[in-house]
Amino acid sequence: MGRAKLPRKSTNIDMTAMCDVAFLLLSFFILTTKFKPAEAIAVTTPKSVAAKVAPQKDYVMVILDANGKVFLEMDDESKKEAIANALNSSRNLGLNTAAFKKSLFFGAPFGSLASFLALPEDQRKGDKLPGIPVLDTANNELVTWMRFTKDAYLGEKEPAFLLKGDNMAKYPAFKAIIDAFKKNDILKFQMVTSPEAAPVGTDLWKLNQKGEKVED
Amino acid sequence: MAEMDTSGGGGHKKGPGVKKGKKLSTRVDLTPMVDLGFLLITFFIFTTTMSQPTAMRLFLPKDADKPEDQNKAKESGVITLLLGKDNNVFYYEGQLEVNGSNFKSSNFKEIRSILIDKKRNTPEKDLVVIIKPSAECTYKNVVDVLDEMAINVLKKYALVDISEGEAALVKISDASGSAGAGASN
Repeated sequence: MGRAKLPRKSTNIDMTAMCDVAFLLLSFFILTTKFKPAEAIAVTTPKSVAAKVAPQKDYVMVILDANGKVFLEMDDESKKEAIANALNSSRNLGLNTAAFKKSLFFGAPFGSLASFLALPEDQRKGDKLPGIPVLDTANNELVTWMRFTKDAYLGEKEPAFLLKGDNMAKYPAFKAIIDAFKKNDILKFQMVTSPEAAPVGTDLWKLNQKGEKVED
Repeated sequence: MAEMDTSGGGGHKKGPGVKKGKKLSTRVDLTPMVDLGFLLITFFIFTTTMSQPTAMRLFLPKDADKPEDQNKAKESGVITLLLGKDNNVFYYEGQLEVNGSNFKSSNFKEIRSILIDKKRNTPEKDLVVIIKPSAECTYKNVVDVLDEMAINVLKKYALVDISEGEAALVKISDASGSAGAGASN
């Protein structure tokens, strides 16, 4: 019979093109991923329904760890220099300005700040440092830190004041930080948290369902 | 899938005495490589979007120097939350009775329904939530309560220092353990 012969097609597909695309995407994601820097201070933040992303630059962050120790971190080097100069002139601490500028965070009483700066970077670990003393209300050193920080930013756009606290930190330390902010008229600040969805059925959830923006 | 192309010379006849070299295909099966590639892509996609911390705003009021400058709240619309040790929450509505009879015990699971009830039964302009953390509570507790304000869309709330009497009451109730015990009822 003269049956039409169907040409047999191979089931093999050339994977090269797909492979190219896959690895292109892969390299894109690898390069764009910003890995979390190894944190010198271990902090587990509480969860909240806040949807606003925490600012990543122009910030002044107060870190409160699980033992109630307080650290100060900021990103603007020129401001750090101004603070170092202010500390040196007002309290005569003899700080190394260059080291101060390079230091990512500060966590020592004023008295031992110079020796803190003398430590190599990799030895500045949160659990070994004394932290900034705050609990003594008469001598809350964070108040001074905040005053100099505010002075350094004088006449410019205010930085975002952040507070990153650990779940297990006790309230008195938190209160001391709030007081330090208040005494310097910093009345707006933000608390760093991990995101969480609004529980189903609550008022916020209903608002979100309606598509309304809730300012928090 | 991995195939070897042995068809080689396509039946092309060599002369006699010429040895046929077996020709191997240069094609490699790329499927596992693609699999691996996509697996890694998914991994990176998930890890990048996950760790984006959010920020919760808190506006502090300026301290009023004179008592007459302070905000007055209507007694019927006030609910005071006290935070104790071990995630205990205590609350009372209005003023605290001298004998502590309206001092009630609660926890973080129940406090939401209490707040929702209070919100339903109170005119919006009178409703004020006062949060008084004791020295024993943790930062997480405070954030959780502030979060509860956001969840239930309570606009008026205040973070206030605990008074000595209340602190003592919280301490006693904390010591007596679980919810319901202590000074309530």
